[in-house]
Amino acid sequence: MNLDEPFREPAICTPLVEEIHRSLHNVSAPLRIMEVCGTHTVSVFRHGIRTLLPRQITLLSGPGCPVCVTPAGHIDLCLQAAQQQDVVLATFGDLLRVPGSSGSLADARARGMARVQVVYSPMDALELAQQDAAIQVVFPAIGFETTAPTIAATVLAAEQLGVENFFIIPLAKTMPEALMLLLGDAQLKFSGLLCPGHVSAIIGAAAYQPLVERFGLGCAVAGFEPADILAGLLALVQQQSRGKAQVDNCYPRAVSQAGNERAQALLAKVFMPVASEWRGLGNIPASGLALREPYQRFDAVQRLQLTAHSVPDPPGCRCGMVLKGMIQPPQCPLYGSRCTPLSPIGPCMVSAEGTCAAYYKYSGSRCSETGSKKSGDNGAC
Amino acid sequence: MATPTYITLDHGSGGLVSQELINTLFLKYLRCPQLRDLEDCALLDGFSGQLALSTDSYVVDPLFFPGGDIGKLAVHGTINDLAMRGARPIALSLALIMEEGFEIARLEQIIASVAAASEAAGVAVVTGDTKVVPRGKADGIFLNTSGIGAVEYRVFISATNARPGDAVLLSGSLADHGITIMTAQAGLAVDGDLRSDTQPLHRMVATLLDEVEDAVHVLRDPTRGGLATALCEIASSSKVEIEIDEECLPIRPAVSTACELIGLDPLYLANEGKCLVICSPEEQDRVLNIMRSVEEGADAVCIGRVRGERPGRVNLRTRIGGQRLLEPLTGQPLPRIC
Repeated sequence: MNLDEPFREPAICTPLVEEIHRSLHNVSAPLRIMEVCGTHTVSVFRHGIRTLLPRQITLLSGPGCPVCVTPAGHIDLCLQAAQQQDVVLATFGDLLRVPGSSGSLADARARGMARVQVVYSPMDALELAQQDAAIQVVFPAIGFETTAPTIAATVLAAEQLGVENFFIIPLAKTMPEALMLLLGDAQLKFSGLLCPGHVSAIIGAAAYQPLVERFGLGCAVAGFEPADILAGLLALVQQQSRGKAQVDNCYPRAVSQAGNERAQALLAKVFMPVASEWRGLGNIPASGLALREPYQRFDAVQRLQLTAHSVPDPPGCRCGMVLKGMIQPPQCPLYGSRCTPLSPIGPCMVSAEGTCAAYYKYSGSRCSETGSKKSGDNGAC
Repeated sequence: MATPTYITLDHGSGGLVSQELINTLFLKYLRCPQLRDLEDCALLDGFSGQLALSTDSYVVDPLFFPGGDIGKLAVHGTINDLAMRGARPIALSLALIMEEGFEIARLEQIIASVAAASEAAGVAVVTGDTKVVPRGKADGIFLNTSGIGAVEYRVFISATNARPGDAVLLSGSLADHGITIMTAQAGLAVDGDLRSDTQPLHRMVATLLDEVEDAVHVLRDPTRGGLATALCEIASSSKVEIEIDEECLPIRPAVSTACELIGLDPLYLANEGKCLVICSPEEQDRVLNIMRSVEEGADAVCIGRVRGERPGRVNLRTRIGGQRLLEPLTGQPLPRIC
């Protein structure tokens, strides 16, 4: 049985929707709420949540899709690795179509220039390395706090098993530093933050307290079922109505105050914080995870002598503004015309959880036919 | 000389080695008299009216999966394509492209499965072809089947024929085939029974058309691209709007759990034994009862309605009462990172 099933019941969701409408009576200003995580963006569309909310609430998508915030230069690193003799790049599927400066991994594979294999977990990549000593398996470690502990565990397993032909490209990122930077931008004027349930399960609800203290911004940690999201939104509306910002944990079945301390210990053992480049947000200090000294022999960048270059965003691409919640995807001039999921220009159009891809899938290029393409508000077009 | 245990280039040469493979393996299972004569083509008779012709190639990986295999799929897929235009399938062709080194034991399993599926469906394989390509030039084995059928009903069944007010019926649960293949490829073990739904639909269609011929406007099997893509194609071809109720969509719990695990949407995954029936609202209950009276349609349900307002749109009313637009599938579904 799917344990999340009750959180989709209309009997639970409908009263939450009604309560959101009622609670908004005391709030005069429009509410700009950022849903940080790509899974939230998709779930909002999938369940038609925007169509149930008062028009006063605008949901903006944030930088919480790992593929989207990966700059072209990092894709180039993966391409460089995949094109080397005897290297098999074992990667999550949604990285395949992300454009680097000279095409995507899927392009390189189709032209026979790179060996790329889709895996579902870093452990699968390690297994691949164990099965064939003649190849060097490289796993691009792209992801947030949710994915990084599994990657750390895989590195530890590779060490214990003495696997010599498994490497990672350490590109994982951590969320709090990016949020701190984003919320510090006075232009953006968010009223509240729907905090990512998966990341919060690792880092804990308390991790958002500094945001409340520093920016006076309401935070609600929410899961991904409709009732979870609605409960999170209701908490943010009620904070506004009471005029008091705090961290509300609306996902207690998965998230504790302190988070998953075992996973945190694993991360701290294998990785150390370094500056990392985010697409659209630039270089953010202490927001990346590099391998600590004892594990650096697993670093593909050193081992295969990969060289990172900074690559400017493609002309006209506004992924950066989308990732900061400054615009909604249909407001980008490339959206739906030159940039589509089949031939994406920016990364937000690639991953199923990318903001632009989610808009495209659920509200379509056909938005323009209904005349609401540029309005970018609550309508599901 | 010992019998080889794997396919060599000689097996595709057309010479004696090919002949031996045909005689000892293919004809052992495929017993249609036409095929035994080894003529260049089969001659068919015993039908009237328009002819329907369809073809499909099968490259599924893995070749064997819970609920079926590439052979069964190749027979059912082409039979179903014929049935979706209201045609009675008459005969199939079978063409194989094999990679040098493919195990003969696996080939035998596949041909036995083709034969069993074709016999069970009552549609014979009447002609065939075998080619072998050098190792590395193909992935094990590819199959192609073509099928001929006779359209013996007066009614015009087409994706262009959905009309405002029509009921949208679905013959059973969604995404079983697609998720079975995806989890097999991913090597994921999911609790609960994941099985491909591959099955022939021509008998259900024949029963339906025998009893309520005039009521049926569109038949469509939502294969690659899934339910959402099939509905979008119908909405666009018929220039109508289709509204679907999420609450009514039959998705088995194991399928829904596996979809969430990999990050895939069941509305976009392939079905290989399900059929959309769009029919006039007056006959909706009769059509449903007929579908439910046969095994292939035992779980048939009404999932929505055709409207006239915004041509080309497919709208899903979500369980919690929201609205969601369904778009056709764009590329290959890719599993996600988190």
